[in-house]
Amino acid sequence: MSTILLIEQLLNGLQFGVMLFLMAAGLTLIFGVMGLINLAHGSLYMVGAFAAAGVAGLTGSFALALIASLAAAAMFGALIELTVIRRLYKRDHLDQVLATFALILVFSEGTRWAFGSFPLFLNIPDMLSGTVMLPGGIEYSLYRLTIIGIGLLVAAGLFLLISKTRVGMRIRAGENDREMISALGVDISVLYTLVFALGAALAGLSGALVGAIQSVEVGMGEPVLILAFVVIVIGGIGSIKGALAGAILVGVTDTMGRTLLPVIFGSFMDPSAATSVGSALASMLIYILMAGVLVFKPTGLFGEA
Amino acid sequence: MLRETHLNGIILLALLIVPLVALALNEPFIITLATKVTILALAGVGLNLALGQGGLISFGHAIFFGLGGYSMGILASHAQSFTPLMEAPFLIEGTNLMPVIWIVAIVVSCLAALLVGLLSLRTSGVYFIMVTLAFGQMFYYFAISWPAYGGEDGLVIFVRNEFPGLNTLVPIQFFGLCFAVLCAVLFFVSKLNKSAFGLALSGAHFNPERAETVGIDITRVRLVAFVISAGITGLAGALFADLNRFVSPTMFSWHTSGQIMIFIILGGVARLYGPIAGAAVYIILEHYLGAFSEYWQIYLGLILLFVVLFAQGGLIGGLSKREAAHD
Repeated sequence: MSTILLIEQLLNGLQFGVMLFLMAAGLTLIFGVMGLINLAHGSLYMVGAFAAAGVAGLTGSFALALIASLAAAAMFGALIELTVIRRLYKRDHLDQVLATFALILVFSEGTRWAFGSFPLFLNIPDMLSGTVMLPGGIEYSLYRLTIIGIGLLVAAGLFLLISKTRVGMRIRAGENDREMISALGVDISVLYTLVFALGAALAGLSGALVGAIQSVEVGMGEPVLILAFVVIVIGGIGSIKGALAGAILVGVTDTMGRTLLPVIFGSFMDPSAATSVGSALASMLIYILMAGVLVFKPTGLFGEA
Repeated sequence: MLRETHLNGIILLALLIVPLVALALNEPFIITLATKVTILALAGVGLNLALGQGGLISFGHAIFFGLGGYSMGILASHAQSFTPLMEAPFLIEGTNLMPVIWIVAIVVSCLAALLVGLLSLRTSGVYFIMVTLAFGQMFYYFAISWPAYGGEDGLVIFVRNEFPGLNTLVPIQFFGLCFAVLCAVLFFVSKLNKSAFGLALSGAHFNPERAETVGIDITRVRLVAFVISAGITGLAGALFADLNRFVSPTMFSWHTSGQIMIFIILGGVARLYGPIAGAAVYIILEHYLGAFSEYWQIYLGLILLFVVLFAQGGLIGGLSKREAAHD
């Protein structure tokens, strides 16, 4: 195992991490402000990916595809917030889970009906394909590097939005005391729709960016949704900082585990057994990480009791 | 309007009569559907103990359903190939005897629930949902990436396992066996709900502070409920695997957890017979809507949304008047 390969995998882990952050940030924001657990967040990720693949197929422009993913996910997000989600804020978590699970069924089957069961493909634009030379003689995919850049930019933008702007102030106020800010004359229902659409747009963007590396298919959002939950449990619910830390931790742990564990087991076992034990253990690694965090800090790394 | 106990009797009777009529009309497929309803209802009764009675919204019960299934799959596949499960340090052989498989399924599920419960119950509320969901996914990926027992493809068992004195390959006999198991579990759970333990569990659900003040260790009560609940769902998993003579990682998937939860919400949360009504409605919808449209899950989703938003109490709540309102 060479250092170059190791650094390459570290970057892959970072790329996976920032994508998870885009998902987890929306989820944790929605939970923090509205107290809602939204299982349909993975569907919005899927909507973003399909919108991007559809628009890229029609126009051939990747930039337009990204804009379409943001717009479509935000639009569907606002739509379900207005029709379904806002009835759930005062309900208990069981109702929220079941209603948003029902939305997944509707979204998944609806997409299958509209696009068919075959996966779509979203091509990496020519400008971003190929590799770049990083210092130290590491060749790395330009597109993945771009994703890391976009992810970090969005993270920075989100921190600025929440800590410096008027909307951000309202969001923070909403997290602290809903009744008080509506009493102060802030239209809380508009704020809720806005936050939900923002979270949806982030999920959609993430779906479109990942869609160009993997295939765009029905159900693609669900594994990512559950990983985003792991991120939130590790980072602490309602905390954007926690989501960022948790996402990168999960992304890097998962990627490195898949590369390193089979090699580590290979050093004292026969190769075929090492591959199967290593890969089985690697698939469980982040959940073991989560269990560890639960043992030592049940509220997550950045969560408050 | 009916009293809930009368309605419960009608539901159980209907579940028994439908396959008997199907037997008379020589419709074995209907008997199989009724068996499926019975087994899925059993899984729901298990989850309902944690979710309804205890207020523990576990999105990970597929773990126990799957473990039950794989207990059957692994034991039966070794019996099928005449190879021992392990030789050192002591010999364990496969088996195709249902009672043995059931005990293994229950014990394995309970042990897994003890571990998952110890970790998950350190949290509560929305954390608990996410943590159980994540652990469920862990088992799912493990089942996929572990090649020894079929990996992603699952395991096919060619002959249904045996129960002394019965020919389990005859649909109505297997149905009768599952129905008897369901009745026994219903009896056990109804006694449990009325016992001091069941009352402590409800207390810990509806007013944890008060329960704690009177000296109930709520985490322990919840853990015990979670473990019993898992054992029942695990047993259902073993039966379900025997019904299909097939196990696959799908049994561990989070859709399975969601499905078991749907039975409960369709029937009515925290109602003992709710999962039976819910599973029956689900299977009927799957069968008839599935014939009507390939995309039947859209309609299922819409129905579920409607029930959650506007018809709380589910089918049993809608058809019966609530006895002794506690609210």
